[in-house]
Amino acid sequence: MQTIVAVLIDGLSYSSYLFIVSVGLTIIFGVMKILNVAHGSFYAWGAYAAAYFIGLFHGMGFPHWFGFVLIAVSAVAVGAIIGLAIERIILRKMYEHEEVHILLATFGVFLILEDVILLVFGVNPYFAYQPMALLGSVKIAGVTRDVYSLTLIGLAIVIALACWLCLARSKWGKILKVVIFDREIGLAMGINVNAVYVYTFVAGAMLGALGGAAIAPTLSVSPGIGIDVIVLSFAVVVIGGMGSIAGAIIGALMVGLLRATAVHFVPELELFVIFAVMAAVLMVRPEGLFAPARARRI
Amino acid sequence: MRSLTGDRTVRGVLIGFTLLAIAGFFLPAWIVNNVMFGLARGLAVLGLLVLLRTGLVSFGHALYFGLGAYSVALLEQLAGVTELVPRLAGAVVVAGGLGWILGFVLRRYRGIFFAMLSLAFSMALYGILVKTESLGSTDGFSVSPTVLFGWSPETRHVFLAMVAAVCAFAAIVVQVYLASALGHLTTAVRDNEIRVEYLGYPVARSIHTTYVLSAMLAGAAGGIMAMALGQVDPDSMVNWTVSGELVFITIMAGAGNVAAPFIGGVVFEFIRTYAFELAPHAWQLIVGATLLAIIFFLPNGLWSLIEKPWKKLEKRRD
Amino acid sequence: MHSMFNRVHRLALGLGVLATALGPYGAVTAKDSIDVGVVAFLSGPAAGPFGVPGKNGAELVIDAINAGTLPAPYDTAGFAGATLNPIHIDESGGNAKQVAEYRNLVEKQGVDAVIGYISSGTCLAVTPVAEELKKLTILSVCGTPRIFEDGDWTHIFRTQAHAVGDSIAAALYVRDNFGDVAGYTGINQNYAWGQDSWKSFSLAMGHFVPKAEVSSTPQFPKIFAGQYGTEISTLALDDAELVHSSFWDGDIEAFVVQAKVRGFFDNKQFLSTVGASAIDSLGSEFPDGTIIGTRGEIGILVREKSGPLNTWFVNAYRERYGAWPLGPSYQYAQAVLALKIAMDKAARDHGGFPTQDQVIAAMKGLSFETFAGRIELALGNGHQAVHPVGYGITRWNDETGEPEVTNITFYPSKCIYPPAGKPSLDWLAEGMPGSDC
Repeated sequence: MQTIVAVLIDGLSYSSYLFIVSVGLTIIFGVMKILNVAHGSFYAWGAYAAAYFIGLFHGMGFPHWFGFVLIAVSAVAVGAIIGLAIERIILRKMYEHEEVHILLATFGVFLILEDVILLVFGVNPYFAYQPMALLGSVKIAGVTRDVYSLTLIGLAIVIALACWLCLARSKWGKILKVVIFDREIGLAMGINVNAVYVYTFVAGAMLGALGGAAIAPTLSVSPGIGIDVIVLSFAVVVIGGMGSIAGAIIGALMVGLLRATAVHFVPELELFVIFAVMAAVLMVRPEGLFAPARARRI
Repeated sequence: MRSLTGDRTVRGVLIGFTLLAIAGFFLPAWIVNNVMFGLARGLAVLGLLVLLRTGLVSFGHALYFGLGAYSVALLEQLAGVTELVPRLAGAVVVAGGLGWILGFVLRRYRGIFFAMLSLAFSMALYGILVKTESLGSTDGFSVSPTVLFGWSPETRHVFLAMVAAVCAFAAIVVQVYLASALGHLTTAVRDNEIRVEYLGYPVARSIHTTYVLSAMLAGAAGGIMAMALGQVDPDSMVNWTVSGELVFITIMAGAGNVAAPFIGGVVFEFIRTYAFELAPHAWQLIVGATLLAIIFFLPNGLWSLIEKPWKKLEKRRD
Repeated sequence: MHSMFNRVHRLALGLGVLATALGPYGAVTAKDSIDVGVVAFLSGPAAGPFGVPGKNGAELVIDAINAGTLPAPYDTAGFAGATLNPIHIDESGGNAKQVAEYRNLVEKQGVDAVIGYISSGTCLAVTPVAEELKKLTILSVCGTPRIFEDGDWTHIFRTQAHAVGDSIAAALYVRDNFGDVAGYTGINQNYAWGQDSWKSFSLAMGHFVPKAEVSSTPQFPKIFAGQYGTEISTLALDDAELVHSSFWDGDIEAFVVQAKVRGFFDNKQFLSTVGASAIDSLGSEFPDGTIIGTRGEIGILVREKSGPLNTWFVNAYRERYGAWPLGPSYQYAQAVLALKIAMDKAARDHGGFPTQDQVIAAMKGLSFETFAGRIELALGNGHQAVHPVGYGITRWNDETGEPEVTNITFYPSKCIYPPAGKPSLDWLAEGMPGSDC
């Protein structure tokens, strides 16, 4: 029983982190039909920026709680600056290109940003544990937990609700739906599709960076952290259905709980199960568990 | 279909690789190494080129590349095999075998779904290798020098000649395949699959065949890489970044000719070596920037640099 | 006349090229300088705690030897009189990349020797290639016993003892200080070092603390994973109170930080065989009462040890880099020292600048005084070092604002390493016959 509770909580907090990172990826895919490999860079940059500034301000004597402000600010700043730069400089010129070329271009951007991290932040790992230390711990079913990781679950729920409200209840959501359904129809209806693309990409970038910034206090922020994240979020997005927010929730939950179960019972399968499930879902329901069926165009 | 020797590409490939094999004997060892690594990658890229002609892009070809490399390593671990022919055969058979099985599934997928399913399969293999101690986990295995019919050459020049021969053979096979009726069908599938289907041609089967060929090429490439390097490990053989690199070289090389992948592979290897030497902390930056530059300014790859002047020359001759 | 000159010139050039090509095998005249590849992690999670301190240690001692300012008995200038010119290489990027880098070092840069390697993975990968290319290579830090137990190498040396001694010493320290521990588990990385460390530790525990029960789910996360939330839960749920870990690099810091917030160290006795770097980097955040090792007479365990060589090393290091020398600083310095001693000895024995084969012959079975202890190349046919290994208990000293290690015990090499030619895991399984504790 204790173990089951432990698996659930470990799985849920891991799922929340996966969801926060992946939701940006799925939104960008849904609207722009771009599978953005550079999403791993948003994550890494968010983590680095948060860790760097938390360490800096903590060293200057700022209180621990200021770390939470820094996490939010880092995510917004990274998403706005890098997201805007990529959309304006690279993607803007590529919307007419083949899918593969766009995918590869984002891979190129990913490689470049990986090294820019080294040049900007140096090669040593950063530890920004102050926010996690501030919130302390709580005992649940015999296992002591850090409260910080539990708050990530709350953050994920807030983000999911915000995305849902934005899509289902606002004018913005309607515009997005039109663009998602067909770019040309959107253009014909007088929607500024270019502006929609910019806002979408920057919002997705901010969410990716927020994933990194929020998780930063719980890990050692070191070169290469974006590499594993990008395939994991691909798995999440594919399992749930590319472009679907409900899908990202389900995908994140499945991956998170599976991984936690594997670590507790068969640690050797920790990575394998994730991609086995991804392959299985693609084989049974290629469009993902939550994507609507599409007509075959001739 | 023209006869084999009449095909200009076949002649070019034969002459090119013969010259390379001879030149190898006069080049310093480090250049020979880089050329071999480049040829090995080029062979895998040739596999991607075949798929690309069908309009498919695999983001998981490291699956077969890694499988070929690990076949060589495991053949040695389990059975002490160090001979070139069984090593290479093992790599090709294992990769081709899995390609044949997975082909039944993958042949139903196109576009982004094909790419993602390939990625999932390759990462599943990565997940197994990284976490299994008996398969070497993160360390992988060392691969001892390759023996050639009982003879272990002192230098690596002989090995380069063998690799060049394998690559030339593969390039010619692919050239013949693409020129065959089945091969032309793949191009038609890319252009409009449903029309091909309505015309009564077996689309799924032709994609399956292409896929197996592509897997075998990547398997051979991985096997050669393992032998040339003397080491296999999951992060540089099976991880998704390897698949990404292979697709990158495909685009960089251009899909215009079966010789292009090898030129692309060797160029990539030298870019990487020099980038790493010049700026150890910025070599990925240089590689990434090259990738973007190619996509923007040379969308048909390096091959278009060779093709254009060549065509001009021919026109003038006519 | 002109053409004649040309021909002579060409002939001379040709001979020159030939001589260069024959270099390592033909007769060698005195050299002013030698190029040596120095390989350590310069980026990634292992750079800060291991690679950079290691590189600094090597740099410090190389400069001192070049200038002849090392204390006696190593106060002669140079390596057999030659100045050493280090070529620094980053060890990160995976085994395949390191093998390619090694080939480049030897075949492109033409180095005379290679010193370094921290990860057991890289050592295992590079060793056969070094032998293939016939280049003297001194492994400085890595710990897997497999290098000289599964292979027989001519050109490879290791001036650091292997992991089995670290594990046996750890089990002995547990027996001597925590003898009534009821059970133990572990968290180790999923590669050669972590697997070998755990295997030999559990065998040694079976021998010295037979009552302690071994857990059925020891954890093996991927190296450089950096995030251990789920693993910490698993270990916390385990009844075993002793937790063994051979985490090193940034992973030990990440684990300690994440586990500490969760009160992990209040309920568990943590044993870290090589995590001493984290004591300095985390300061008062590092949990008191941890059993800590440094894999030899190096690092924080010998910080206060007197003696001219150690005093020089600690002071010179602190002055130049503004930090305490860590274990890897010592380990790299010791590897450099071994090269100097062997080259000087070979030069004395043969008169004139020694060839590589002469240096190798001189290094075989070497026994030498290092900064704070003694190293004997006693195993692996005279290629593999043994030395004492010690453990202590960590404590943060509020008055000095510095960490300290108390209750330090060193176990002699006769006790913790198998006799020459005996595979250490077999030896452990047989109950360590011939061990003198």
